[in-house]
Amino acid sequence: MLKGHQSWVFENKPSIKSKAAIVGPFEGQGPLADDFDIIHGDMYLGQDSWEKAEKALMEETAKMAVQHAGLTEGQIQFFLAGDLMNQIISSSFSARTLSIPYLGLFGACSTSMESLALASYIVNSGGAKYVLSGTCSHNASVEKQFRYPTEYGSQKPPTAQFTVTGAGAVVLSQDGDGPYVTSATIGRVVDMGISDPFNMGAAMAPAAVDTMEAHFRDLQIEPGYYDLIVTGDLSKVGYQIANDLLKKHNIPIHQTTYSDCGMMIYDYGKQNVQAGASGCGCSAVVTYGHLLNRMQRGELNRILVVATGALLSPLSYQQKESIPCIAHAVSIERQK
Amino acid sequence: MVSKKKKKLTPVQQEYQELAKKREPSKFTFKNLYRAFLVGGLICLLGQAVQQMFIHWWGFEEKAASNPTVGVMIIISVILTSLGVYDKIAQWAGAGTAVPVTGFANAMASAAIEYRREGLVLGLGGSIFKVAGPVIVFGSLAAFCVGIAYIIFDPNIVGG
Repeated sequence: MLKGHQSWVFENKPSIKSKAAIVGPFEGQGPLADDFDIIHGDMYLGQDSWEKAEKALMEETAKMAVQHAGLTEGQIQFFLAGDLMNQIISSSFSARTLSIPYLGLFGACSTSMESLALASYIVNSGGAKYVLSGTCSHNASVEKQFRYPTEYGSQKPPTAQFTVTGAGAVVLSQDGDGPYVTSATIGRVVDMGISDPFNMGAAMAPAAVDTMEAHFRDLQIEPGYYDLIVTGDLSKVGYQIANDLLKKHNIPIHQTTYSDCGMMIYDYGKQNVQAGASGCGCSAVVTYGHLLNRMQRGELNRILVVATGALLSPLSYQQKESIPCIAHAVSIERQK
Repeated sequence: MVSKKKKKLTPVQQEYQELAKKREPSKFTFKNLYRAFLVGGLICLLGQAVQQMFIHWWGFEEKAASNPTVGVMIIISVILTSLGVYDKIAQWAGAGTAVPVTGFANAMASAAIEYRREGLVLGLGGSIFKVAGPVIVFGSLAAFCVGIAYIIFDPNIVGG
């Protein structure tokens, strides 16, 4: 189980029995459109507020993942979820509808892998047969909470990121044909003193590198063990910095392909998203949609997803606090 | 404030911030200035045209025509905000759309649209000045200071 300092190895190999990824209209115009189960044309999803739309997105995705597993909500023991709203209302309110015993989590955008790591731990230790894990985010609800009203005309700097409207969920089971969750590394909170909420990539990059370094050290492997390593939502600016830091720390990242979910979901040429994507939904829909599909097609055998989160609140940055960041890594493999 | 904060950073943090700064894309200052000048100027030109319309077609005096002109500009801005176009123009134009009266109208209209869901009184009423509020507060303060300066330095008042 515990390996090294901060990692878990799942020897019973919890299997990802099913997955679902649902996104909004803007993500549907991006290059990964074919990998999503549903692309909504309406940012409101037929609801009357952004917050309700986000909740509906989470609910729909969770239900779809359960359905794809050939199960009913009653057969799932636990639901682990989180989002970016104050008091994680989107997750809690969907748990009310699903009525599955629920643990609400907050790790900002790292919640996608935080929930997957914990769900795998529970399933691996025999604490449950089936666990549902998911996260969601909504561009407009995040803009409203963290920045300005959605229609307010403020100019965003080139380091800013665009929050993904989307939700991703998986059902983990004790038995199954994979892909399997094989290990996870829980990250430390790292704060390098960046306080600009429009430059979160730079704030989060050190946390991502710290967790990656810990993962390779704890498991005594090299980056080349994986076919692909992705960070959650560092986007262009943070990705370049992460590359610089990996080089500085002598991590041989060139052995593998290193990419970032925040740079994969949008088309930089056509979509005006500044540095790239962010949000709880970003790493969730890219991993559970695009990357798991590629694993199913046999293009990838082993991947490491390092979801990054900026643990700020709208009040903390107004009070001139710097942004503490975190990253959690989960490895997914096609064979046992 | 910034220099005080910088002092508190550890050497590792300082080293990292220098590294991060190198990867930060430039903010296209020249392009922004040019765009702001162009769009801001166009908005003012439109305002001028509206004012001329009031003067020539509806017989307003030049001074009296400015009030309905501002009203028209505000309505145009609110309509563009409601259609979800104003923020797109603003991303391109920067200060060009923020400085004229249309920017103020956008700040109020966008807050009104956003917080309407939280109710008419506490939502719309309580939050409509969320973005525009500081402009009013510091605008009034500035007017007060100018007023005081006017009393002190105006020869007509002082000299009697």
